[in-house]
Amino acid sequence: MVILILPAKTGKQRHIAIHLDHNLCKRCGICVAFCPQGVFVTGDDGYPVVAATEKCTGCQLCFYRCPDFAVEVEVDK
Amino acid sequence: MATFFWQGNEACAYGAMAAGARFFAGYPISPSSEIAELCSRLLPEREGIYVQMEDEIASLAAVIGASVGGMRAFTATSGPGFSLMQENLGFAVMAEVPCVIIHAQRFGPATGIATAPAQADVMQARWGTHGDYQMLVLSPSSVQECYDLTVAAFNLAERFRSPVILLTDAALAHLRETVTVSDTPPPRHCRPQPEGDSALYRPYAPGPDLIPAMAAFGDCYIQRVTGLVHDEQGYSSSAPAVAAGLVRRLQEKILLYQDELPSPVYTGPEEPEILLVSYGISVRAAQAAAQRAQAWGHRVGCLRLRALWPFPEAVIGDWARRVRAVLVVEMNYGQLRREVELAVAGRCRVSGVNRYDAEVVTSGEILAALTKS
Amino acid sequence: MASYRDYLAWERLPHLWCAGCGHGVILKALTLALAALEVPPDKVVVASGIGCSGRIGDYVTTHRFQGTHGRTLAFATGIHLARPEVKVICVMGDGDAAAIGGNHLIHAARRNVDLTAIVPNNLNYGMTGGQFSPLTPPASISSTSRQGKAEPAFDICHLAVVAGASYVARTTVYHVTEMQKFLQEAILKKGFSLLEVLTPCPTYYGRYNALGEAAQMLEWLNRSVIPLARYRQMSGDEARYWWRGRLVDREAPDFLSRLKGAG
Repeated sequence: MVILILPAKTGKQRHIAIHLDHNLCKRCGICVAFCPQGVFVTGDDGYPVVAATEKCTGCQLCFYRCPDFAVEVEVDK
Repeated sequence: MATFFWQGNEACAYGAMAAGARFFAGYPISPSSEIAELCSRLLPEREGIYVQMEDEIASLAAVIGASVGGMRAFTATSGPGFSLMQENLGFAVMAEVPCVIIHAQRFGPATGIATAPAQADVMQARWGTHGDYQMLVLSPSSVQECYDLTVAAFNLAERFRSPVILLTDAALAHLRETVTVSDTPPPRHCRPQPEGDSALYRPYAPGPDLIPAMAAFGDCYIQRVTGLVHDEQGYSSSAPAVAAGLVRRLQEKILLYQDELPSPVYTGPEEPEILLVSYGISVRAAQAAAQRAQAWGHRVGCLRLRALWPFPEAVIGDWARRVRAVLVVEMNYGQLRREVELAVAGRCRVSGVNRYDAEVVTSGEILAALTKS
Repeated sequence: MASYRDYLAWERLPHLWCAGCGHGVILKALTLALAALEVPPDKVVVASGIGCSGRIGDYVTTHRFQGTHGRTLAFATGIHLARPEVKVICVMGDGDAAAIGGNHLIHAARRNVDLTAIVPNNLNYGMTGGQFSPLTPPASISSTSRQGKAEPAFDICHLAVVAGASYVARTTVYHVTEMQKFLQEAILKKGFSLLEVLTPCPTYYGRYNALGEAAQMLEWLNRSVIPLARYRQMSGDEARYWWRGRLVDREAPDFLSRLKGAG
């Protein structure tokens, strides 16, 4: 789990938490390939790693696309 | 008390109504079609559902679906349609879904003679679907019994959470006789219902008599039904221990309580020398032959089987100790005779009176066979 | 507010589907749709057939029915008629729905039974090792068409429309938002609704046809579909693409209403 604190465009702070569950992840690479911001990279063990935390916009695409219920993105507005 | 002059098919349909059946799905086929025709009229009058499906596979599927929805559901068919139903018959066994299949046997194999009688699907009724299982099969021999045993079939289906097959034939299906119906509705056995905390409900946890409580779809108790080997939660499993436990329970839930099935009925002298064993339409010729033989001074009795499966092996075994010979009267090449031979186990002579020419057995043929016994 | 989490049997995860298989995405979209519509789990039956997608019932907290191969809609017809207040959502793979279950599909659509049919179309029989199905595109390589599939495919959506369905749409697991929207529309629709979802099978179809891993297959799916309006204006090139969108959304009395009306 990685917790990010991002400066939102409005100037207000947004709290975004990306949860990755290795027990459910099957290392298909979809989250890495489809994140529009390039937040994830593939780690040496094949699991996704949150590498560019500050880039996450909370768009949830990784959550929607993950076939294995292994990614959740929590956005506090 | 009321009396009616019904044909066998009508008696089955009215029996189903009396038993509380409110869902029929079927496909027209001779010689069972009158059941569908009558249901299409009787069910809407009773807030029930008649649905004509695209084939017999779908018919039994819809029946199973309605049953898990909480309704008493049934279908009616004949030879080729019964063959198509084997797939979902096995599903109903595995998923433990109460339902009744009325099967008016006709001459086969294949399309055979659509309107001619036979009793050649006795083994198919027992073993037609794949896998290791018990099947409940009843066989009426009169129009009255078509009514009575249809009622019994629904109660047994609910009692055992199992499909029940009612095996008639083209002759009985169209035979007209007087049927007496009681003014009070017949006693009704209902499938066990879940109780207590819904979060703790396990759809396939056996009750005291090995039967799991059965929730209906839409209840607060979450029902999980599958034809795959499943655990007590209803989740699929391929664990050998789960598979073995399930098959054992499916067998024992019926075998341990076999005495709840309609027992064979004996008519004749107290100490018969020769026993005629018969079922279905052939019983009538067997009983007539036994009476004629008795009038001539011979000690011939008749045992009428009402439940064919599980086979009443113990009863036949007992009789084998008391008689010199057993004659099995049936309209096939000798299907149930082999089962009788197994039960008799060499204790007396077993032979058969068999017809397989699309005609019913006559008492004359049986008397001729008796003279040789 | 209901959450998609309420519809998932978390203790059953991870599911049995391969890495990159789209069935999990469809399961998620279904749970999101049910949560958005706030249908209580005990008023939903997820009915499925046999094959990879048939296992979906192992992962939901709703009622679950898994029938025999191809017969889901026939079972579901009985379930619906007995319990019309319950939403019956049928999930059938391409082989299940279009081959062995083709006849039941035609007649469920013809009767306009108030059911929702989801057809996850992964273009082959996955569970049995990647054989071709009626919906596998012609010339595709599969376990039973090593030289390329000789048979044509057919459009199961058009079949459902001609048969009488009230709602028919197609999308892909690439188009996740559209999938959830179509699902919600299909579930709410009175009458027979069918949603075909093109989904990758990286293990068989993808490997046999050199379409790459899961992510590349998703990209390939995205490149292979054309929005319906644009697809209809194509001339000559249609065979290379699938259309995607809402093919039909119409009002017609459903089966039970007709039955009760006639009774």
